[in-house]
Amino acid sequence: MALSVTDLRVYYRTLKGDVKALDGVTFDVADGEIMGIAGESGCGKTTLGKALIRLDNRMRHAGGTVALDGEKLPIADDAAMRRHRYREVSLIPQYAMSAMNPTRKIGKMIRDLLAAHGVRYAEVLPELERRLALVGLDAEVLKRYPIELSGGMKQRVVLVLSTLLNPSLLIGDEVTSALDVSSQKAVARALVEFRDHGFVRSMVVITHDISVLFQVADTILVMYAGHLAEKAPARTIIDEPLHPYTKMLIGALPQVGDRYDEQQLSGIEGRPPSLLNPPTGCRFRDRCPLAHDRCAEAPPFREVAEGHQVACWAVS
Amino acid sequence: MRGYLARKTLVYGLTFVVAVTLNWLIPRLMPGDPVQRMVARAAVQHPETIESMTVYYERMFGLDLPIWQQYLNYWGSLFRGDLGTSVWLFPTPVSQVVLDAVPYTLGIMIPAIVLSFVIGNTVGAMAARSRWLDNVALPVGYLITAMPYMWLAILLAWGLGVALGWFPVAGGYDFGLVPQWSWSFAADLLHHWVLPFLSLFLVSLGGWAIGMRNLIIYELESDYSNYLSALGAPRRLVRRYAFRNAMLPQITGLALQLGTVLGGALVTEIVFAYPGLGKLVLSAIQNQDFFLLQGTLLFVVIGVLVANFVIDIVYVLVDPRTRTGLTGATA
Repeated sequence: MALSVTDLRVYYRTLKGDVKALDGVTFDVADGEIMGIAGESGCGKTTLGKALIRLDNRMRHAGGTVALDGEKLPIADDAAMRRHRYREVSLIPQYAMSAMNPTRKIGKMIRDLLAAHGVRYAEVLPELERRLALVGLDAEVLKRYPIELSGGMKQRVVLVLSTLLNPSLLIGDEVTSALDVSSQKAVARALVEFRDHGFVRSMVVITHDISVLFQVADTILVMYAGHLAEKAPARTIIDEPLHPYTKMLIGALPQVGDRYDEQQLSGIEGRPPSLLNPPTGCRFRDRCPLAHDRCAEAPPFREVAEGHQVACWAVS
Repeated sequence: MRGYLARKTLVYGLTFVVAVTLNWLIPRLMPGDPVQRMVARAAVQHPETIESMTVYYERMFGLDLPIWQQYLNYWGSLFRGDLGTSVWLFPTPVSQVVLDAVPYTLGIMIPAIVLSFVIGNTVGAMAARSRWLDNVALPVGYLITAMPYMWLAILLAWGLGVALGWFPVAGGYDFGLVPQWSWSFAADLLHHWVLPFLSLFLVSLGGWAIGMRNLIIYELESDYSNYLSALGAPRRLVRRYAFRNAMLPQITGLALQLGTVLGGALVTEIVFAYPGLGKLVLSAIQNQDFFLLQGTLLFVVIGVLVANFVIDIVYVLVDPRTRTGLTGATA
């Protein structure tokens, strides 16, 4: 088991109290698995991604553990975590467009970063150039400043840079969200290729765009208001979702062949609960068509079929 | 780069022409007649003598010519390095008077600008991540930056000069000494230099520190800093990048500040009766000395233009984004 997360809780400190953005999540990611995390804005997916590599200073680790390749990660201890970053856990951030220092040539920045990890640039350079070629970039980009590259190029440079030391786990946060569809496709394909080449062991890909996950991910984890709703192979999530939230989420996607002048594309009524003082029980209760008395008690996240876990009382 | 240099040179050339023209014009708009003043100084009563003296002086200074010709003559002699003759210190040439004063002004200005810039930016960068320093350095910084130059100068002169008696409060060197190359004279020069330098230095210091603190906080929260930290870069590396990038707006600020600091230096010199350009400007105005005022202000203008030009060039060297030679990459 590459990544094993147990009852992880991460809260945001605010003046009004803790916002429980991640409130007890438990899941595993297998070796070689690309797991997509889907959910609407504010459901805790980015918080989960950050919790695995670097908590920002407003975030508080309130409980639970993260283990990578059997070793527990000290996620609450920034200094101790530094040793694990980049070599074991790496990140492609939401903001790849501005992720590189604008006043330093890309090659020099990579050299500085590698030196900080005790790796010699000259030794890695042939591999770096090979991987740049793999994503369709000339080695010449290393002599360029970030502003000289297009958005898609920057995204690919960041992809190569983040995975240069072959991390066990790569977290991709909204990797394709800022790109046009042709660049999206190139980046999505590169992600899968990098896994297939063994540059990255497993991946967690966070996005609000389920269609991208369908291209990239082996399994999809659906989150709702800081809780897990459902995890299953990507095909199962699309074709046979079990959780009512997943069903409505998939139902909200447009389908090829449907004519929307005849029928309205349906959304999900209502809005997610506040995470400052979240309600007890199932958090989707208020918007759920299947809600009944039992939903006042939080449903367990349990396996209903091979590789398919759901947190819903209505699913047997 | 060549096109950029050519454009900049053109802009600075035009600025220079406008500045020189204003410089020539402004003394002529002042009330009073300098020739009358010189004649009056001679204290002669005889009308004929007064008449012939007036004619002599007017011809000598070229004031008998039509105004447009005076203007052209001014440019002509400027290119020959001739700034005219001082009325106040007649018959010393203006260039001589100004060149004697320039070292004093540069001597307090350059160390004050450079040291306040370096120290202010360093303190500001440290304050950005130290609560203690932030709580102490910043309020003090706000306080001294808000002070007008002459007010701080007067406070220093009173506190360190009059009350404590550590430093002399007037002059560039002791009036009992003759300027010469000797250790005792150099020590005396330094002793007189401290207060004017300190007042300029302190006023600039706080501004740089405050600016740098804010800029560095912004840079440390920026995306590239977060990304580097997420990839396990040590704090030292992130700080180094942030500091370098935060310096860029500060360099622009330096260019903008130069004129203000120069104005401050002139006022400070007057407070301390320091024999630099500032005191010269005051004396020239008090004595209706067109030519000395023109000459002094010309040096001031040239100084500001040259310094700004240098900063423009430096900025292109330190910020790759302003370079026109970037070609981009394709893929």
